[in-house]
Amino acid sequence: MKVVEKEKNQSTSGTRLMSGAQAVVQALIDEGTDLMFGYPGGAIMPVYDALYDVEKELEHILTRHEQGAIHAAQGYARATGKVGVCMATSGPGATNLITGIADAQIDSTPLVCITGQVHSHLLGTDAFQETDVIGISMPVTKWNYQVTKAEEIPIAIAKAFYIARSGRPGPVLVDITKDAQFDELEYKYQPFNGMRSYQTNTQVDMTSVNSAAHLINSAKKPMVLFGQGVILSEAETEFKMFIEKAGIPAAWTIMGLSALDSDHYLNVGMLGMHGNYAPNKMTNECDVLIAVGMRFDDRVTGDLSRYAKQAKVVHLEIDPAEIDKNVKADVAVLGDAKELLLALTKLLNENEHKEWLNEFRQLEREEHDTVIKEELNPSVDELSMGEVLDAINKNTGGEAIVVTDVGQHQMVACRYAKFKQSKSMITSGGLGTMGFCLPAAIGAKMGRPDKEVVAVIGDGGFQMTIQELGTIFQSKTPVKILVLNNEFLGMVRQWQELFFDKRYASTTMINPDFQTIVKGYGIKTAKVTKREDLNAAVSDMINHSGAYFLEVKVGKENNVFPMIPTGASVSEIRLK
Amino acid sequence: MKRRYTISVFTEDQVGLLNRVTIIFTRRKINIESIAASDSEVANVHRYTIVITETEDMLKKVALQLEKQVEIIKAFYHEDADVVYQELALYKIPTEILVAGKEAEKIVRAHYARVLSVESNFTVIEKTGHKDETQALFDALKPYGILEFVRSGRIAISKPMRTLTSIVEELENNIKIN
Repeated sequence: MKVVEKEKNQSTSGTRLMSGAQAVVQALIDEGTDLMFGYPGGAIMPVYDALYDVEKELEHILTRHEQGAIHAAQGYARATGKVGVCMATSGPGATNLITGIADAQIDSTPLVCITGQVHSHLLGTDAFQETDVIGISMPVTKWNYQVTKAEEIPIAIAKAFYIARSGRPGPVLVDITKDAQFDELEYKYQPFNGMRSYQTNTQVDMTSVNSAAHLINSAKKPMVLFGQGVILSEAETEFKMFIEKAGIPAAWTIMGLSALDSDHYLNVGMLGMHGNYAPNKMTNECDVLIAVGMRFDDRVTGDLSRYAKQAKVVHLEIDPAEIDKNVKADVAVLGDAKELLLALTKLLNENEHKEWLNEFRQLEREEHDTVIKEELNPSVDELSMGEVLDAINKNTGGEAIVVTDVGQHQMVACRYAKFKQSKSMITSGGLGTMGFCLPAAIGAKMGRPDKEVVAVIGDGGFQMTIQELGTIFQSKTPVKILVLNNEFLGMVRQWQELFFDKRYASTTMINPDFQTIVKGYGIKTAKVTKREDLNAAVSDMINHSGAYFLEVKVGKENNVFPMIPTGASVSEIRLK
Repeated sequence: MKRRYTISVFTEDQVGLLNRVTIIFTRRKINIESIAASDSEVANVHRYTIVITETEDMLKKVALQLEKQVEIIKAFYHEDADVVYQELALYKIPTEILVAGKEAEKIVRAHYARVLSVESNFTVIEKTGHKDETQALFDALKPYGILEFVRSGRIAISKPMRTLTSIVEELENNIKIN
């Protein structure tokens, strides 16, 4: 809304007369949004028209596909800790958001998605570009709501932000009919302050905190598993104080990665299917297992019937539905990780657990000698993904935000990338969405322009959202794109090799010349095929001020190890 | 071990919530044996009464995933022994089988069923009770010809004494404090 009109329309009751579309935009601004991603279309045009007047306060990034818009909003949210906002039109625009919504739901990413909808009198009539997005998105949203009247808009948007960012964060969707966008209302911003059926500020139950402290204090071989909960509640400092005081080795899920400095002496590495040897083995050796803000995903636990059966389990978690869902907790402590860790750390005895930590070190050496040494310094001519990540570490000093796609390169990036700051690893964890990386990296870079953002992608996933090169071109976002090209859908190929008699069904990729394609978007490119060129090429990429594309040819049939085969126990992790 | 449970779900009065409720069951491929929706004693609080047969472990998980939904206030589950429950069945039968002291009339009396409506060619009988009772009447009338039959979902009142009003009051107070 133009300034002049604003003043003219200011009424004595503190409300302003405006259209529903203007109210959508004003509510976004009032909720603190200054950047959003989207794609216009018929049913959302009034809101786009209103955006045209507020370009300085609320920047809109036009992606090349709605899936790109929502992944960019996810990348923005994950890098900044703020709510990501994206917008699409009705019908195909709305359905194209669904993959990103499902991804944000399973990875607890706060998002507000706004979709246009056909006129309310056309609802249910199979009108042009009508789809029941409320019905379709219901299983994958934390909350959704259809607005059919202009006056509902301010409260619906305020509620959407409140729900998206509070408690265990998640995606919400507000679907707004075109007539509600056109109709006028008296706008007044009112922040939403909670509802009886949705409450997040629960009192810390000191009885369970005490029980947890007692278990931890009496433990001889305690072990901590941490997830994204530490990052979402911004409890990194409290977490470090907690493990340091009690001297407990801490292992991470890939969603928790970067919450603790990679080089911290108590950081014992990655859990799960392609995680590190020591933490997986020791899960079945420890006497007290303390899970902080993580949900025991099957990729972390392997066979549940043989998972940490010897240990007492303490589970610090904000979502009551996660307690006992996969692993029974002997002590469950509900609440925000930051508050819980503060309360718990006070009750802990100082400890070091030196011998116990040494057991981890021994297993680490074993993994290093069998897997890591060869991955970082291969004895063969072909480049490994690990050595490329190592070159990234050397050139960024662990200060970059690393965004990944899904597959072998993702596991390698999680295993080998080094981090010094939280919110620096952005990956599609729960849903495993190929095509996530490129748009998410755009969003991350826009949210954190001060940080180097490196998108690590496989040749398969790169082509799933390759159109977002257009967004980079138009917005001049200086994202560094690293494609690890093995001309295969590598992770599926690895499984075919190990479990399907090397029958490589539909995993061979005959790729176009990526250099030509990327050049077409005006992005500087380079390609590396030899080891001696790698470091200089990575250095050129990092030192370049604009967007940059580096393609590295890596070994075609390399496998990611260690590995816990499906159905095996964590202690059966294979080094080769 | 799987048992029969009655789940009472209390929600805000909001379009589309039934869908959110059923999704929790369908995503785990749990069959909903019956479902009834109605008001509750608290204004603007709706309740769904759902019957499923499952293990208690599964019930706990489902109840928590129900409560996790933003507009669901509470979800309770009870075994049959902890609820007072009832179902309603309607039977449409030819009127001629009831008249002149025929067998069908004795059956209706024996089952303590009520005659709701008598037309020249059909009569509607009502029977409330547990499923085995309404089924027994169905089985007894079947040889004489049942023109139409319908049974409602179970509705149930729990025996534990904590009132919904007190729960809702506590939740509403929490918002004021925050």
